[in-house]
Amino acid sequence: MIDIEKEAARIAEQGESAPRLARDPVNLPMINNWLEALGDRHPGYTEVAPPAMVQVWTMGGLHGQRTLDDPLGAMMKILDEAGFTSVVATNSDQTYHRYLRVGEHLSVTSTLEDVTGPKKTALGEGWFVTTRSTWYVGDEPVAEMRFRVLKFRPAEKAVQQPEAPKAQAIRPSINRDTEYFWDGCREGELRIQRCGGCGLLRHPPGPMCPECGATKPKYLVSDGRGVVYSYVVHHHPQVPGKQTPFVVALVELDEGVRMLGELDGEPSIGLPVEVVFTKVDDELTMPSWRPRADR
Amino acid sequence: MTAAIVGIGATDFSKDSGRSELQLAAEAVRAALQDAGLEPSDVDGLVSFTMDTNAEIAVARELGIPELTFFSRVHYGGGAACATVQQAAMAVETGAAKVVVCYRAFNERSGHRFGQVQTAAAVNIDNSWSYPMGLGTPAAMVAMFARRYMHEYGATSEDFGRIAVIDRKHAATNPHAWFHNRPITLDDHQASRWISEPLRLLDCCQETDGGVAIVVTSPERARDLPNKPAHIKAATQGSSVDQFTMTSYYRDDLTRLPEMGVVARGLWEKSGIGPSDVDVAVLYDHFTPFVLVQLEELGFCGRGEAKDFVASGALELDGTLPLNPHGGQLGEAYLHGMNGIAEGVRQVRGTAVNQVAEVNHVLVTAGTGVPTSGLVLADSIESVRP
Repeated sequence: MIDIEKEAARIAEQGESAPRLARDPVNLPMINNWLEALGDRHPGYTEVAPPAMVQVWTMGGLHGQRTLDDPLGAMMKILDEAGFTSVVATNSDQTYHRYLRVGEHLSVTSTLEDVTGPKKTALGEGWFVTTRSTWYVGDEPVAEMRFRVLKFRPAEKAVQQPEAPKAQAIRPSINRDTEYFWDGCREGELRIQRCGGCGLLRHPPGPMCPECGATKPKYLVSDGRGVVYSYVVHHHPQVPGKQTPFVVALVELDEGVRMLGELDGEPSIGLPVEVVFTKVDDELTMPSWRPRADR
Repeated sequence: MTAAIVGIGATDFSKDSGRSELQLAAEAVRAALQDAGLEPSDVDGLVSFTMDTNAEIAVARELGIPELTFFSRVHYGGGAACATVQQAAMAVETGAAKVVVCYRAFNERSGHRFGQVQTAAAVNIDNSWSYPMGLGTPAAMVAMFARRYMHEYGATSEDFGRIAVIDRKHAATNPHAWFHNRPITLDDHQASRWISEPLRLLDCCQETDGGVAIVVTSPERARDLPNKPAHIKAATQGSSVDQFTMTSYYRDDLTRLPEMGVVARGLWEKSGIGPSDVDVAVLYDHFTPFVLVQLEELGFCGRGEAKDFVASGALELDGTLPLNPHGGQLGEAYLHGMNGIAEGVRQVRGTAVNQVAEVNHVLVTAGTGVPTSGLVLADSIESVRP
């Protein structure tokens, strides 16, 4: 049995790793590639690099190896051995002290700041590992990063159902009463019908307000947050476009209306969720739910 | 109402009828007329479900029914069942027709299965808020209600399972039932696979090929016919606030079936009887959780108390409210509620295989989760207990 907290303390005590020198100095060709890839048309990066590139300069390349004293590498290895074999990056906070000039040669050091766990997450049980990296030009610190990953044991996947192959998902019918909703999804907005007369919020929508009779509905853009009011875990039969088992949740939005959607996560009544939009094609984007990170 | 059911007929209930839906309809109607002691030429009205594929004129052609003065269809799936009888009774009362046959026939197992995802149904704009999200079967739609009901009232999967056990127990002694001689235990129910949690396989009714027909005429005409008539004391439909088909999820309370509450109020008011006067309850049982909710809506017990009411044994044949003596749609067959009406008639006649003693009033309900309907059948026009 590996004592993860003890191992973490041992690595943290080793302190800052030895400075590791970047492969190349800050250079214009790499800056231009990066700007192009990100679609950044700012004309100012001819003599200095975009600050957010800082991590780029010390990346290991396609065949890079971690140094032996790299604390993140050491901690990952221990968690791998303890069965927490999957990884997902969760946070990256960077601080820049100044612009980096073309020709400057960076080096980087890392320390292990924190290891917490085990935590139950939607992905599975895991440990949050936080490291702190500092970039230097000579002895001068020029940027810092706090980086957090979740090393987790993947949740057990249910046995695959030997049923019909995946067919195309069922598409909604859309008419002039409902198109504002689907237009909103395409634009990343969860829209709730609001009566143009009395302000009544209503979902599913309709052309005439049942409270005041007005026929000029408007909408508000929901914050997309709510709690699970009820849910099902669907096993049989197969549903076109879905992989069983899957969860469909009836969510009560903070604005007060209820709405159905698939839920990607462990369901429970009262679970705080937020909307996610998934583009199906140019015409259709589907809303669904995921557990809120801040719950 | 002043109308009576004088004939019932059915085909065999199977998983593969081997014949067309029209043949099933024609066979059922012919059997019902024979039972009533009437000829096809006596019939001048036909009523069915909008979901039925057999046109009234097609059925009339097969039976040799020459002229029709009344033909009508009722919407909303299984919610139509008792409403077909209401339509027939209204037609008889108003003189629109003299003899009306209600029918429902389908190859619901070997042909178009309701338990599968109805991709075509997503064309309906209301369904666009559920089907594309993955909620595409009746079981899943009921499961959404059931989960909330469990959460609010502490009901469990076993509480649902007790309904299945009772239905299968009654079906076990009914030779016409698909599950004749095949009772289940609560353990069997608990061991059955998940369909859509919290519903298991044994919470879901069968899928059936078959047909049922019901003959309605006036009490005066009934006196000249061979069978003891089942008088239609009350018949009503019910739809309630913010009503959807299977997905009325946007009401304040998800633990109720207010449309069945509308039916209950109408039945008690029109019949002059109350829940304590019911001798047999034929409650629509496509999925077990809604049987519990119906018991509450109809006033047989308080809100959230159905699980205790069921566990008390009240629904046994010798209990205070014998439930589905034919085995219901979980045990006998799924004929969209029409086979339940036929059982109600047999209980009033005193000819059922699992006959309850001294039946004066039978309550029959239609589909749940949809706009629905209900009937009170009685052994005499006047039969209200002192």
